Amino acid sequence: MPEPTASARVELRCSGSGGQGILLAATIIAEAATALGRRVVQTQSYGPEARGGASKAEVIIAEEPIDYPEVRRPDVSLVLSQAAYEKYAADTRPGGLLIYDSGLVEADPGAAGVTHCGLPFTQVATDELGKKVVTNIIALGALVARSGVLPADAVEEAVLSRVPPRFRELNEKAYRLGLRLAAGAADAETTTKDGLTPTTAPAPGS
Amino acid sequence: MAISVTEAAKAGVPVLLQGNEAVAEGAIAAGVRFYAGYPITPSTEIAEVLSRRLPEVGGTFIQMEDEIASIAAVCGASLAGAKALTATSGPGFSLMQEMIGFASMAQIPCVIVDVMRGGPSTGLPTDPAQGDVMQARWGTHGEHSVIALVPSSVEECYTLTVEAFNLSEQYRTPVIILSDALIGHMREAVTLPHPDKLRVAERGMPDCDPDEYDTVSSTIDNILPRPPLGSPFKVHVTGLVYNRRSGAPDTADPATAADLGRYLREKIYHHRDAIVRVEEVEMDGAEVAIFAYGSVARSAMAVVKKARAQGARVGMVRPITLWPFPTAAVARMAEQVRTVIVPEMNIKQMSWEVEAAVKGRAKVVDYGRVDGELITPEEILELVKPEFYYHRWEDT
Repeated sequence: MPEPTASARVELRCSGSGGQGILLAATIIAEAATALGRRVVQTQSYGPEARGGASKAEVIIAEEPIDYPEVRRPDVSLVLSQAAYEKYAADTRPGGLLIYDSGLVEADPGAAGVTHCGLPFTQVATDELGKKVVTNIIALGALVARSGVLPADAVEEAVLSRVPPRFRELNEKAYRLGLRLAAGAADAETTTKDGLTPTTAPAPGS
Repeated sequence: MAISVTEAAKAGVPVLLQGNEAVAEGAIAAGVRFYAGYPITPSTEIAEVLSRRLPEVGGTFIQMEDEIASIAAVCGASLAGAKALTATSGPGFSLMQEMIGFASMAQIPCVIVDVMRGGPSTGLPTDPAQGDVMQARWGTHGEHSVIALVPSSVEECYTLTVEAFNLSEQYRTPVIILSDALIGHMREAVTLPHPDKLRVAERGMPDCDPDEYDTVSSTIDNILPRPPLGSPFKVHVTGLVYNRRSGAPDTADPATAADLGRYLREKIYHHRDAIVRVEEVEMDGAEVAIFAYGSVARSAMAVVKKARAQGARVGMVRPITLWPFPTAAVARMAEQVRTVIVPEMNIKQMSWEVEAAVKGRAKVVDYGRVDGELITPEEILELVKPEFYYHRWEDT
């Protein structure tokens, strides 16, 4: 796992369909970064429907003030639906990381210079925890482990302070499951071998 | 959330806050103790947060049957002495217009937040727009004045809500906060000002005898506070033209109507210099200026940085107060630069106003987008480039 670089700017995009908890996952990353004293902007985009549709939630973490708040070339993409994959995956910055739910997304590993990492988040949530609802937290754990954008314990703290007390244990399990899942997995398909360095990717337009 | 927003502000530690949450927390800090509203995307979080926060501070939250009733309840609460807020978006803002006129006429302090989304009608309910900026000024009928503030960040959602209530109390007028779906839903790490450092204007009471109250009247320079209904003071509230001293309706005398009409306008416009706030960025030596407000100002800021890094003298004039219009700042800019670029998420609404203030002293380039997407820095940069005839632009 690459060491988080304190001075770097990193842009993340979580996408899926409404109801999958991608906004919560993005918010938790943003809260963890806030607690670490970083500059943070989190934005979102979704349609008028409460469930379904392709929606996204984005986070920019930086040391300098963040002006334009949206993410166009994410260093790290998390994709939890086929529709979101088709709409957003190609935006991932060359040299970046694309994490997706391998049970829900048929990915094209040919995407230029992007490390693909497919893991069965939804299936693991159902099989191991009996709760599909924590798919987003498992995916969050995997994202943190694979990308190294923030220290894993800082994000865990943010997970636990976000969820109601009675769901803490479940979410703690889910998050750690995600960390382990990513640590144990080789890249599903890898098109770049020069290693994953999303935290040192240049800022857009710089 | 591990730490409350108030605790974080007191401790001076950063907290991740959404624009709408910041409006709600700013309202609590400003002393708001009454909210009436009807939920609508993308403003609903303001109501959600206040439904929880107001009871905690002894305030009242009411979900009304619609937006007309909401602003009516807000006017009533304000007349009874409370600082009162409502929040909505385009369709609800349209419904509120008549009562905003009533609040202007009857000089009722209150704050209306319009979190702008794509329109008209149901439009693009989840996407940002800036299509209500003229409606904020002229949405209600008749000659009136209004104050409208435009936040560009989550921090400003907080501080400008406090400011809106201060202006509203000081000038006895409705104040409109023009947020948008992007700013309202965006979260930012913010370190809020310590509550003790905030200036919070209180309503106050007239310092005359209650029996003499109908013999005194506000002047442009001394806008007297209105005592709450139920106090020993006799207070007359009407939407008819009234005698400014007694408050009694008087529609027969043109001089009374003229006096009130001029007063309602001048109590704001005479104090324009004190009310209007504008942020000027890199205007020192600027040859081209971008006039941008709200979320679009963030893209403009990115362009100013990029252009300056390449040696092109670009600056930004960002109105924080959109109404009354910052005519003096625009006139100053027009004297200095050769071109003013006005990107906005509507078609020409403010660029028209900019042109009127520029008066031909500089070229005005308008750029509008109404597809629910934030104007990007690249789009603005493409407008800037032709204004520097001999500049060699590196790839950005």
